[in-house]
Amino acid sequence: MRSNCYIPSGCAVSGMMSESGKRVDGSDIIKSIALMHDRSNGLGGGFAAYGIYPRHSDEYAFHMMFDNISVKESFEDHFKDRFDIVLDEKIPIRPGAVFEDKTSGRYNGYGTHPIINPPLLWRYFVDVPESKMKFVSESEYVVEEVMEINSTIDGAFVASSGKNMGVFKGVGYPEDIGVFYKLDEYKAYIWTSHGRFPTNTPGWWGGAHPFSLLDWSIVHNGEISSYGINKRYLEPFGYKLELRTDTEVVAYLFDLLVRRHKMPIELAVKALAAPFWKDIDRMPEPEKKIATCIRQVYGGALLNGPFSIILGHNRGMVGFNDRIKLRPMTCARKDDTLYMASEESAIREIAPDLDVVWSPRAGTAVIGELNEEVV
Amino acid sequence: MASQLPPEFIVKIDYDHCRRCRRCVMNCSFGCMQFKDKVVPDHKKCVACHRCVTFCPESAITIAKNELAYKENANWLPEVRQNILKQAETGGILLAGMGNPRPFQILWDHMLIDACQVTNPSIDPLREPMELRTYLGKKPNLLEFTDRNGEVDLATTLQPQIKLDVPIVFAAMSYGAISLNAHKALALAAKRSGTLMNTGEGGLHEDLYSYAGNIIVQVASGRFGVHSEYLNTSAMVEIKIGQGAKPGIGGHLPGEKVGEEISKTRMIPAGTDALSPAPHHDIYSIEDLSQLIYAIKEATDYTKPVGVKISAVHNVAAIASGIVRAGADVVTIDGFRGGTGATPMVIRDNVGIPIELALAAVDQRLRDEGIRNNASILCAGSIRNSADVAKAIALGADAVVIGTAALVAMGCRVCQNCYTGNCAWGIATQKPELVRRLDPQVGSERLSNLLKAWGNELREILGSLGVNSIESLRGSRERLRGINLDEQTLKLLGIKPAGIGQ
Repeated sequence: MRSNCYIPSGCAVSGMMSESGKRVDGSDIIKSIALMHDRSNGLGGGFAAYGIYPRHSDEYAFHMMFDNISVKESFEDHFKDRFDIVLDEKIPIRPGAVFEDKTSGRYNGYGTHPIINPPLLWRYFVDVPESKMKFVSESEYVVEEVMEINSTIDGAFVASSGKNMGVFKGVGYPEDIGVFYKLDEYKAYIWTSHGRFPTNTPGWWGGAHPFSLLDWSIVHNGEISSYGINKRYLEPFGYKLELRTDTEVVAYLFDLLVRRHKMPIELAVKALAAPFWKDIDRMPEPEKKIATCIRQVYGGALLNGPFSIILGHNRGMVGFNDRIKLRPMTCARKDDTLYMASEESAIREIAPDLDVVWSPRAGTAVIGELNEEVV
Repeated sequence: MASQLPPEFIVKIDYDHCRRCRRCVMNCSFGCMQFKDKVVPDHKKCVACHRCVTFCPESAITIAKNELAYKENANWLPEVRQNILKQAETGGILLAGMGNPRPFQILWDHMLIDACQVTNPSIDPLREPMELRTYLGKKPNLLEFTDRNGEVDLATTLQPQIKLDVPIVFAAMSYGAISLNAHKALALAAKRSGTLMNTGEGGLHEDLYSYAGNIIVQVASGRFGVHSEYLNTSAMVEIKIGQGAKPGIGGHLPGEKVGEEISKTRMIPAGTDALSPAPHHDIYSIEDLSQLIYAIKEATDYTKPVGVKISAVHNVAAIASGIVRAGADVVTIDGFRGGTGATPMVIRDNVGIPIELALAAVDQRLRDEGIRNNASILCAGSIRNSADVAKAIALGADAVVIGTAALVAMGCRVCQNCYTGNCAWGIATQKPELVRRLDPQVGSERLSNLLKAWGNELREILGSLGVNSIESLRGSRERLRGINLDEQTLKLLGIKPAGIGQ
C-alpha cells in the first residue's frame, strides 16, 4: 500500500466553516472542489469534516485504512490492548462511485473516473483506558499510538484520530472521493477539502490529503522546500515522519507548537510563516520582541517554499500562505460562514453572493474560530 | 655544517627586463634577494610568498618549483627525505604553519547542492528578500506566553543572543601570531559586515576596545591578557580547549615577538616566551570546564554567550554533547585542516578528523539527545568558499568560521612560514617595518568584500533552493547529495547519494 516514492504536490484546496457551529452536509464542499478539477490529476483527493459524530463526540474516532483483512486482524490485536473500543464499523462507501453533477466550470468529463481498488476502510470509536494515562496525558498517548501504528504495522494507516471529526481520502479526483464516501450524508460545521496533483504516481490512499493527527487536519497546496530541516526538527520530539510527503510536517508542527508548547495559534503561524526580519525590525514592542524570539527559537519550524494551507481543528479553521505568497488563496465571508479556497471561483460556485472577498497577504493567517457560546 | 637540503624554489630573474630598481630586494623579508650589480637571488631562502613577484614593476621575476630529479620512489617522496635531512641536521621538531596540506579527500567537494525546478519555484534574490541573519546563543526548547485579557506577551526570557548579518565569523588568531594591523583590519571588517572577529588567546589591544560589540574574546590555557575588563569588552567569550591544526598541543610565542605592545596586551614581561600549556591546568575534566564556563558567566553578569572551542577528534560528538551539558552556549568545532601560526608538522598532518564528519556527527548527536537548541554550532577548519559555507550550514552548522580565507583576503599567499615571523605581507609578523605593509583600512575593505561576495553567493544558493531564509537550509541535509562517497561516509554525513530523489 505504501510507496517509497516521494510526492511533491500541486493541488487545490477549499474550506468552509460556520462560526455559529451550524452543520451542513458535504455536497457544497464537493461542488467547490469539483470546480477546481483541473488543479488535480486524479491521484488523490480528500476531505476533513468536523462535528460529524455528535453521538460519539467524547471518543477518539480512528479512521483506518488496511491493505487486507489479515492486516486488519493484526491491527486489532494490537489495538484492543491499547484502547477501549466503544464501537467499530465499516466506513460506508459507494464502490465505483462518481460525481455526476455539473458545475459552472467548462470541464465536462465528470463521472469518468470511478473510485476503484479502495483499501479496507474501518472506523473505531475509542476511549483511552485510565491505566494508560499514569505517565502521559490522554492526547500524548493517542499521538504515541498513532506514530506506532503508522510506523510498525505494515499495511495499516491511521487516516485520522480526532474527536468528533474524520478524514475521508483516497486515490482519485476529490469530487469522486466525496461521492464515494457518501459525504452528502454527513453534517459538519467545518469542511476542508483537497484535490491533488502529485508529480509522481504512488497510488497510495494514505498519501492523499488531509493529513491529520488528533483533531488537527491539514490540506496543503504546494511544496515544503524546508522539509529536510522541518523533519529533523520534529524527530527529537518523538514524531515519526513515515508518510514520505512534506505535508505531514505541517500537521505535526501545529501539534507540537499549539498542543504541546501551548502557543496561541496566531503565534504558531508566525513561527511557520515568519515575518521577514526587515518587517520585524520595524514592529513596535512587545510584538518585535515576540517575533524575534519566535524566529530565534523556532527556526527549524519555519516552512519555506510555496504553499497555501488550510488547517482544521475542533474550534476553527486557519488559512495561511508562504512568506512571499507563491501559491494562491482567497478568503470570503457570507453571514456566519468563512470560506477559503485556492480560487475565488470555487467559493462563488457554492456562495455566489458574498459579503466580502479578499486575498490574504503573504504570511498572514486568516483565523476562523467558533463563536464563544458554541459548545 | 652547511645544510644538505636543496632549495625548494628557484627564483628566475629576467635580466633583460629587470630595471634594477631593487624593489624586490626591499620587499623580500626572507633575505632571499641581494643586489650585487644586479639582483642575485639566494634560492634557498625563497618561500614562494610572491611579494617580489607582486611588486616587480617589470614582471621580471618568476618563482618555480625546484624540480630536482630524484630516483623515483612512491614511498620515499622528496618531501619525506627532506624532512629527515632537516631533522638529521637539527635534531628538532619540524615546525609548520597554516593547516594540513596533505591530499586527503576533501568531503566538501563530494557534496552537491539541490535546486528547484517546476514543482517549487526558485526565488530571485535580487527581487525578493533573502535572509542570512543568524543568532548565536542558547535557545530554549519552547517559548511560553502570558495572556492578560488578550494582551499576549512573552513569559520566557532568552539568554543573550549575538546577531550576525552573515553566518561567517573570523577565526581566533591572536595578537602575537598576527600583527596588530591584521587585528585592526579584522575588527573593522567585522563591524562593517555585521559579524564577529575573535581575539585568539593573546588578549585584546586597547585600540580595539571600541569594537567590543563585534569581538569574541578568547580564554585559552595561557590566560594571556584575561582580566575582567577584557571579558566584558566583547560580544561573546570563548574558552579555547583545542585547535584543529594542533589538537592536544599548547602554543609558544617566542620572546623576540613579545614587544612592548604585546607585553602589555598579554600581561607578560617583554621579551619572555609566551607558553600556552597543552591543557588548561584548571580544567582536567568536564565538570572543571563547567566551572570555568559559569565563572566567566558570573564575571560577565550573564550578559554574554560563553562558547567552547574544540578540535575535531575521534570522539568529538560525545565531547560536544558534554560541553553543551556543561553550560556552553556555543560550540566551535575546528577540523583537521584548520590553520595555525605554528604547530609541530607531525601533529598538523596526522591528528584529528575532517570537519565535515565531525560537524555531521555533532549536529546529529545533539539532536538525538534533544539538546540541539541549547547551543549554536560554529564550524571551522578550512572553509574555502561560499559553497563550503552552504554545505556546512546544510549539515547543521549555525555559522562558519574562516581563518585562512580571511588571511588570504588580506594578502596571505599560504607559504606556511607564519612561525618565522618574517611574513612579507605584514600579517603574521611583529616586525614594525613589515607590519606597516598591511593597511588596516585596505585590509578591512578586502575582508568586507569577501564577506559581501560570499553573502551574495549564499543568497543565490538559497534562491535556487527555493527558500528565502538561512534557517530553512540549516540542518537540511535533504538538500545535499554525496558523489563518489562510500556508503559509510554517506551514512555518517547523513546524506543520500546523488541520483536518489527525496
